[in-house]
Amino acid sequence: MAKVTGRIVVDTEQCKGCGVCIPVCPFDVIELAKEFNSKGFHYAYMKNPEACTGCMNCALVCPDAVIKVYRKKVRV
Amino acid sequence: MGELRLMKGNEAIAEAAIRSGADGYFGYPITPQSEVIEHLAAQKPEERTGMTLLQAESEIAAINMVYGAAGCGKKVMTSSSSPGISLKQEGITYIAGAELPCLILNVVRGGPGLGTIQPSQSDYFQSVKGGGHGDYHLIVLAPSSVQEMYDFVELGFDLAFKYRNPTMILSDGAIGQMMEKVEIGEQKPRLTEEQIKEKYPWATTGKTKDREKNVITSLELEPEKMEQFNRKLIEKYRKIEENEVRYEEIQCEDAEYLMVAYGTSARICQKSVQIARNEGLKVGLLRPITLFPFPRKRINELADQVKGMLSVEMSSGQMVEDVRLAVNGKVPVEYYGRMGGIVPSTEEALKDLKQKIIGGK
Amino acid sequence: MDEQQAKTEDIIKKENLVFDKTKLLTDKAFHYCPGCGHGVVHRLLMEVIEELDIQEKTIGIAPVGCSVLAYHYMDIDMQEAAHGRAPALATGIKRTLPEKYVFTYQGDGDLAAIGTAETIHSCNRGENITIIFINNGIYGMTGGQMAPTTLENMKSSTTPYGRNVKQMGNPLKITELVAQLPGTCFVTRQAVHKPAYVRKTKKAIKKAFKYQKQEMGLSFIEIVSNCNSGWKMTPNDANKWLENNMLPFYPLGDLKTPEKK
Repeated sequence: MAKVTGRIVVDTEQCKGCGVCIPVCPFDVIELAKEFNSKGFHYAYMKNPEACTGCMNCALVCPDAVIKVYRKKVRV
Repeated sequence: MGELRLMKGNEAIAEAAIRSGADGYFGYPITPQSEVIEHLAAQKPEERTGMTLLQAESEIAAINMVYGAAGCGKKVMTSSSSPGISLKQEGITYIAGAELPCLILNVVRGGPGLGTIQPSQSDYFQSVKGGGHGDYHLIVLAPSSVQEMYDFVELGFDLAFKYRNPTMILSDGAIGQMMEKVEIGEQKPRLTEEQIKEKYPWATTGKTKDREKNVITSLELEPEKMEQFNRKLIEKYRKIEENEVRYEEIQCEDAEYLMVAYGTSARICQKSVQIARNEGLKVGLLRPITLFPFPRKRINELADQVKGMLSVEMSSGQMVEDVRLAVNGKVPVEYYGRMGGIVPSTEEALKDLKQKIIGGK
Repeated sequence: MDEQQAKTEDIIKKENLVFDKTKLLTDKAFHYCPGCGHGVVHRLLMEVIEELDIQEKTIGIAPVGCSVLAYHYMDIDMQEAAHGRAPALATGIKRTLPEKYVFTYQGDGDLAAIGTAETIHSCNRGENITIIFINNGIYGMTGGQMAPTTLENMKSSTTPYGRNVKQMGNPLKITELVAQLPGTCFVTRQAVHKPAYVRKTKKAIKKAFKYQKQEMGLSFIEIVSNCNSGWKMTPNDANKWLENNMLPFYPLGDLKTPEKK
């Protein structure tokens, strides 16, 4: 059976840690890091990458266009 | 010699705009200059040259339409009269700050406030000192005949594009409304988009792959950069003062007394000079044609020659301050003027010269 | 290398890239507050211009307000207008360059207060331009004062006890107003705080540019957005507040389309 899996890559230096990507993720993939970037923002990261489907919701609402989304069909 | 026509000053402006190859006129009616837009409308400039004509919802909108089109390298203008010019000041300072070329006609009427619809020269300060907020100058041309109304449209555009600076034609209700013989020039073609791109690489014509984006703005948030820009503007105005001073001298060679007057007042004073000469008085007239840049160097030179000067204005005494600055205390400088839309007579101007300058010495 | 890391590396490959920042946004980081909707709308505009391949034919007008520096981020020719005058600039440009695509990007204070005359008359003349109107119910740039669109009882720095409509007047539904005018062809209200809304907003912007090409008149797109700094909320709380308070008063959807006037 084929399944769609995805990954996001956050530009952690440009991320402002606003967190609007978090509630729009249907699979609770993202959270804000405890670490912060050089501007002092807790940036977004994938706490649960396996659940990502590459649906792009996070990227669509990201106000700073710092999220890249990858998607691939994999056999399970 | 070109074709001669009998025209109102305001009509001459409109005809000159079309024939100079202007791309657009944006205006709003106000007495005593509504003939500009009326004449344009009757002439169908869209058909004659493809020139855009639009009656805006306000003077504010009109000057900002000029801003937009000028930012695209288009040759555009607006016209109004004093209260309307006050409304345009916001747009004018943005245009000066964004270094855009355009032409603004002010057919001055008396103020303050709604004032009168009769001619006046009481917008001198507003025109030559800036007018809106911030450090800037307009190039200011002062026509004294309908022919000059016609000629200064092209001159005004040329100077505006040469220096990327707004030019104002500072006229008044008398010259706007009066009819005189005008020699009409040939129709000049409007620039094509390709020509504009080549001549004005700063214009927002759409970002192509071969260049960086163009941005038209007057905003600079970094103090050092803003000061640098202010200095650049000062340098530009200095160049304009060096190269573009224009004036007319009437019987100044042997003058002992000098009248200084522009526009309608200069026409009056020209006659005063004639009468004075008939009486054996050596009176001359210096008529500034550019009010900014002001012919201060020439006036300063003449101060070494004459015994005194009289600035004749249809205002409460505005240009006289610049004459005094130019003279720098060398000789007495006095003012004579009428207000409220009253044009001074040749006799009263001469009488005042005799009283304050000739007799007073 | 553990299994998960290997899997991730297998997915993060160029051929699997499905979403990236459009090239028409410059590398300059937005100066907007974290969570602000401006960035999303900037991105959508540039995505549309890239997809329609009209960068060389587009001239944008930036307003006065938070997005005053929009031209730092959009890689297109732009002009900066005085407060409220963007539609007049756009008129001057479009009238002398009718082949170009011209849009204004304006906030609520710019468009619905100081620039009301320019807005109404450009709409009424049916200028072939696109107006993007960001409504966040507040003056963000100057520190959170009341806007024409501030809701009744909503707090701002000049209505610290809430907007009293008896004293301060009513919130202005300018989008409903311009929909009445014969010169507008497409009037719509959208939002960008949820993925589905973002998709719809992008479609609306694309439509507006297409109508511009067809010379159908003025397209007016209101985008109800947030101002978490001005509203004094976290970004996610601001979006919830928007959903619960702004949207009931400013309902989303098309007010006018060329098909259904």
